[in-house]
Amino acid sequence: MSAPLLLTGGRIVDPAQGMDAVGDLLIIDGKIASVGGTIQGPDGARRVDCSGLVVSPGMIDVHVHLREPGREEVETVASGAHAAAAGGFTAVAAMPNTKPVTDNQAMVGFVKRQGEAAGFARVYPYGAISVGQMGETLAEFGEMVAAGAVAVSDDGRPVENSHLMRTALEYAQTFGIPVVEHCEVMSLAHGGSMHEGVISARLGLKGIPSEAEEIDVMRCILLAKLTGGHIHLCHLSSKGSVELVRWGKDQGVNVTAEVCSHHISLTHEAVEGYDTNAKMNPPLRTQRDVEALQQGLKDGTIDLLVTDHAPHHYDEKEREFADAPNGIVGLETALGVNVTWLLESGVLTLSQLVDRMACLPAKVFHLPGGTLAKGSIGDVTVFDPSREWTVDPARFKSKGRNTPYGGRKLRGQAVRTIVGGRIVFELNG
Amino acid sequence: MTILGKDLIGLAGLTREQITTILDVAEPLKAISERAIKKVPTLRGMTVVNLFFEPSTRTRISFEFAEKRMSADTVNVAAAASSVSKGETLVDTARNLEAMRIDMVVIRHPASGAARFLAERIESNVINAGDGTHEHPTQGLLDLLTLRDKLGSLDGKRICIVGDVLHSRVARSNIWGLQAMGAEVAVCGPRSLLPNAIREMGVQVFDRIEAAIEWADALNVLRLQLERMQLGYIPSLREYNRIFGVTRARLERAPRDLLILHPGPMNRGVEIDSDVADGPHSVILHQVTNGVAVRMAVLYLLAGNKASLADVAKGGAA
Repeated sequence: MSAPLLLTGGRIVDPAQGMDAVGDLLIIDGKIASVGGTIQGPDGARRVDCSGLVVSPGMIDVHVHLREPGREEVETVASGAHAAAAGGFTAVAAMPNTKPVTDNQAMVGFVKRQGEAAGFARVYPYGAISVGQMGETLAEFGEMVAAGAVAVSDDGRPVENSHLMRTALEYAQTFGIPVVEHCEVMSLAHGGSMHEGVISARLGLKGIPSEAEEIDVMRCILLAKLTGGHIHLCHLSSKGSVELVRWGKDQGVNVTAEVCSHHISLTHEAVEGYDTNAKMNPPLRTQRDVEALQQGLKDGTIDLLVTDHAPHHYDEKEREFADAPNGIVGLETALGVNVTWLLESGVLTLSQLVDRMACLPAKVFHLPGGTLAKGSIGDVTVFDPSREWTVDPARFKSKGRNTPYGGRKLRGQAVRTIVGGRIVFELNG
Repeated sequence: MTILGKDLIGLAGLTREQITTILDVAEPLKAISERAIKKVPTLRGMTVVNLFFEPSTRTRISFEFAEKRMSADTVNVAAAASSVSKGETLVDTARNLEAMRIDMVVIRHPASGAARFLAERIESNVINAGDGTHEHPTQGLLDLLTLRDKLGSLDGKRICIVGDVLHSRVARSNIWGLQAMGAEVAVCGPRSLLPNAIREMGVQVFDRIEAAIEWADALNVLRLQLERMQLGYIPSLREYNRIFGVTRARLERAPRDLLILHPGPMNRGVEIDSDVADGPHSVILHQVTNGVAVRMAVLYLLAGNKASLADVAKGGAA
């Protein structure tokens, strides 16, 4: 255990306790020992001045791709967890579309151990829903959960077989984990590579209609209604999806949803010029969709923010648009993007932003943290919401450089990331 | 001359003045192909690579004639388009060619955006000879030249593009080129072969070929790719011909003489009947003749507009 850590004079924002006040925070033995007001701290405590900064529960990104095992040249658990820490995240949940697929207890345990060995952000493994993500046979949820899996997903592809999805939603209830769906009707997306609209028509690129997502959103909500299971919907990208989730919540269905930082900030116009760093699945859509997603986040229809951090090697993206892989890195830009597009523009308050990046991810995925209440784990993000900086992909801790935000000025940056009372990242200069 | 930049990627974004200049430059170049000695020394010493990732007979030969009649040295490369991580990448192919010190690349590629991708990465001039379902600007230009030859000004003229607009790079280049030149543009075809957002491109839509014929001064009849039927966009070629085929009987009911264009190669009896293709309204062979002149004009206008290495590095070559 590291020495006691005393963060002094920061603005402590913890929506889980309804707290927003300047004060001190003390972490002893990896746990929050005291929060708020002036704290003396024990002898030998390390004092860190946080005046002018926000001190929040550690931010958690429940949707990242760390590529290990299988594509270690693109990202490893360690480089991804380092990137997470540099972006202000104290924990991430790693999707199981590795090579081979993380669909058994041994693989789950491996990812977890790699995360522990790296010693940056905490790494929570996902297990696959189906063996090999082939959409045929259920993977062993029970053993995977025992090995450390926090949820199951076939992300990267949908579970097309509705009977399998129904069974997964039922079986997962035994272990109290969410079933996490990448919503897409593949036969309708039909090999498209961007949002279907006027820009795809102009560029001559095959489009993916919003309905390819929405039909699966509706199916999953209805299957959750049927089974009483907890469905968590990945990376919503369209106005229609927000409306369907709103309907589902009104019906009392156990549905939660997430949105990526890029979907609340960019539109399909970013694809002009065939920029493969604007290629992701689901695709960037219209301004109308962006506004609906922001609104959904504000009114609670969408529970939380994620990155869908998806590193690719630069020469995989350096090719014809239709052939380039989907996805962008996001861990080191998310806080800045979210502050710039949600906080600065007045969509969310600071407390709401912290809620959707730290508290709700913990709550929805039943993870430790998400609060600075006494006795909780000592995971803390210290950030400066007004600091302006320019995105320089060459400085990323991630091995991935594939970002559409390169060269952009953002506001809001992590200054210190603290995991279990240990500072795992500190901003230089 | 810097009427054009380094490259010709598409007609989208070109001004009426730019297009008019290309057509005006093409006009006197037509005569070269009518001479006994069909050669001028304009591009002597320049090396042009025709880099074709898709089979093409007509466009490649037309470019090759244009290059040879301008005295350029030409090399034809028929490359297999690598589908994801198989074989050499497009950028490697281009860099290797450029390392042999070439001046221009004429590229045909099945991926939309491939020509621009290349242009942003090499110093040589790039001419798009068709990229996926995006653009085919020299085809658009030769269509404009043909229409101008026959109709005079294009201002207010009504041109309808018939057929598979969804998958057609010829359609897109035509739409932007015609609109820039002041023409009214419509499309006609089965809705399953029209982009959903087609009206947002400033184009009207005819569901019936009869209505299109009644409206138009010229029809540009697109080739129906036969694989569209296998992919389920239309039920049968037979029904396509019955509903959308340009036939003599339909043309006879037109209120005015229509020009019939077709970018080739034709499927006789599918999108166009033989007696129309070979009939008095057809300007299809005139298009082919104009193709050489337009390509000579583009080669001439681009020659010398090279990017500096620094521009290429910045990706701002255009």
